[in-house]
Amino acid sequence: MTTRLELADTDWRRVSPKYIVVDLVGTLIFAVIAVVGASIPAWVTHNVWFWAIPGSLAIVFIITLALTPRRVRSIGYQLRSDDLLFRRGLMFQRFVSVPYGRMQLVDINRGPLDRAVGLSELKFVTAAAATGVTIPGLPEAEAEELRDRLVELAESRRAGL
Amino acid sequence: MSEAPHPPGSVPEPEGSVPDPEPPVPEALEGPAASSTSATETPSATASRASATASSTSATAVPLATGRLADGEWHRLHPATPLLKGGIAFVAILGVILVQLRDFWINLIFDGPGDEYDPFTWIIQHDYAGWVLLAVIGALLLSIGAFYLSWRMHTFRITNEQVEVRSGILFRTNRRGRLDRIQGINIVRPFLARLFGAAKLEINVAGQNANVQLAYLGSLAADELRREILLLAAGEVGAVTVPEGLEGNATSFPEVPEGNGASSTSATEGTPATGGASATMRASASAVARELLAPERGADVAPPESVVQMHLGRVLGSLLLSGFTVFLVVGVVAASFIFTRVGDFFFLFAIVPTIIGVGSYYFRRFTRSLRYSIASTPDGVRVGFGLLSTSNETLPPGRIHAVLVSQPLLWRPFGWWEIKINRASTSEAQGAAGQANTTILPVGNLADARKVLELVLPGLVDEESVRLLELGMTSRGGDDGFENSPRRAAVLRWFSWKRNGFAFTRDAVLLRRGAIWRELVVVPQARLQSMSLKQGPLVRRLRLASVSLHTVAGPVSARLGAIDQEQAVRLFEEVAAGAVRSATSDTSHRWRAAGEPA
Repeated sequence: MTTRLELADTDWRRVSPKYIVVDLVGTLIFAVIAVVGASIPAWVTHNVWFWAIPGSLAIVFIITLALTPRRVRSIGYQLRSDDLLFRRGLMFQRFVSVPYGRMQLVDINRGPLDRAVGLSELKFVTAAAATGVTIPGLPEAEAEELRDRLVELAESRRAGL
Repeated sequence: MSEAPHPPGSVPEPEGSVPDPEPPVPEALEGPAASSTSATETPSATASRASATASSTSATAVPLATGRLADGEWHRLHPATPLLKGGIAFVAILGVILVQLRDFWINLIFDGPGDEYDPFTWIIQHDYAGWVLLAVIGALLLSIGAFYLSWRMHTFRITNEQVEVRSGILFRTNRRGRLDRIQGINIVRPFLARLFGAAKLEINVAGQNANVQLAYLGSLAADELRREILLLAAGEVGAVTVPEGLEGNATSFPEVPEGNGASSTSATEGTPATGGASATMRASASAVARELLAPERGADVAPPESVVQMHLGRVLGSLLLSGFTVFLVVGVVAASFIFTRVGDFFFLFAIVPTIIGVGSYYFRRFTRSLRYSIASTPDGVRVGFGLLSTSNETLPPGRIHAVLVSQPLLWRPFGWWEIKINRASTSEAQGAAGQANTTILPVGNLADARKVLELVLPGLVDEESVRLLELGMTSRGGDDGFENSPRRAAVLRWFSWKRNGFAFTRDAVLLRRGAIWRELVVVPQARLQSMSLKQGPLVRRLRLASVSLHTVAGPVSARLGAIDQEQAVRLFEEVAAGAVRSATSDTSHRWRAAGEPA
């Protein structure tokens, strides 16, 4: 294994470990639906070869589920002096830097699973669609505090478009 | 051209009106002291007073001519608007009907039996022609009425902060745009509208289809209004003045805010309306001549000089050597191959529409590129396109988010380049039409491309950055100021790894890509929204990574793949810091407030 991408002097804030459960349950529900759906041709036709579709899907999902804890631990963010730094991804690593002044709006979303364990998802939206900074698995209080902090920072560093 | 009587509930603008036995008293403007004759004054109206008093002895020009439209009052659009909008729709409907009638004509000409299920045959066979004609005339009258009413209900005003448009008969809409958020102002003159001396003014603000359209205005009024709006948007409040020789040309109708007494106006209605119509006629007759002779008249009376001259040969050549032509040639070869093998005549029927389609595509591209012009004005870059229908757009400084200079392989022997930009607004009327209005230079040689780049990237004028730009376009790569991909990237970038790299200028990032299709992307750091650094499992084995600079959506994607991992991290950190630095020092949203006077 060669060296992974890493930025100099970073002190990542990680998301709540409870998010592992949320992600696992969410993936599991989706996996069950997908596998059952994919096995319909096999049920209908009684052709043994059609079982290959749900079978391969199941293997992919099992790998995904197995890697979930590590993937969640790879999510991190950091409030630097002038920009928000965000990272996620294990195999496909992605680092994003957004200057605070570029903020157009901040969303806080709570899905049913998130609510059950008291987590929120924070989305930072800029004028560029590609930005895609979504920080999942933040405890509710922390998410709201982060949102207010981001709005405050954006206000003090306001820039045009 | 339809007549323009005054609407009930509105009065002509007070300072210009004829001394009248019972002068109309607009409540909003009138103070207790000013109840004598025509002495009402609003602060914003002072500029137009000079011209108005001069002409106030004759009743004719009064309601038509206000020197400036950006005076915070409600105005109407050009009186030919219903005809221009409706006329186009009418021609379109006629076209559809004629196409539908195709079978009918063919049967008529070749004396065929006629399909009894064809509605036209059916109508004639059953002698319903008279009724159908009556229905058509009724529908026509109804639509004319609707168009007239919608013209009456369509008003706009421009204040110091915003532009506001009210329109609609049943469903009223009210749209306001903030002037300091203007992304571009476009004056479009469709061919039909040019005959009437009318133009469409489109004020673009950031967002999908977020434009305020003023269709149609008098051609000169549109130019003048653009100048005023740009001055207001530039942050110089109160700097708007009426230039010599432009008073009295604005064919738009003043209207006082709603809520004024309807009773007092009825007496004044006749005079200005009839006089107004005749003045419009006279004005428009000479305007048509002017318009057709000099369609690219600049707002500052003297039109700005274009820095790039388009040559007939180059336009033709660039079209013939475009990707579309390659596609066409492949298609024709494939079709003739199938034809010789199969020997079927069926697709002869498909050939005629194809030829028409291809021909119109080339014709459109050709006519639009031919009259291309790009010039620098104090309020940004002005780009003009079009031969019959023209479009003339002003992009204020700092509204360009990314620039792509590209050269397809077929253009390389001639040294031609194309320049596209990303911008925050997308226009409904494809301004340059044919080409989306993101193409800022359809074709040009190296010198042209450099001039255009200097215009659209005002921060890039020093020698070093110009040298880097040229290297970015033409260099084959190597150690030339750009940091390029390492040799191991040749697995992913077979031909271009030597060239695939990045460089910095003072305010911008330069990304150089492609050896066959050469591309150079310039992103002004002050416009950068965010950026990302990515690495997948396969490129990790090669110790490579990719960096994307996120800008607003558009044809330019500022992504550089397959660069060395350490270099990528360094690029990421440097641009992240540079973007914040540039954004803080950037003042282009109020471009005149910072420095020089008007």
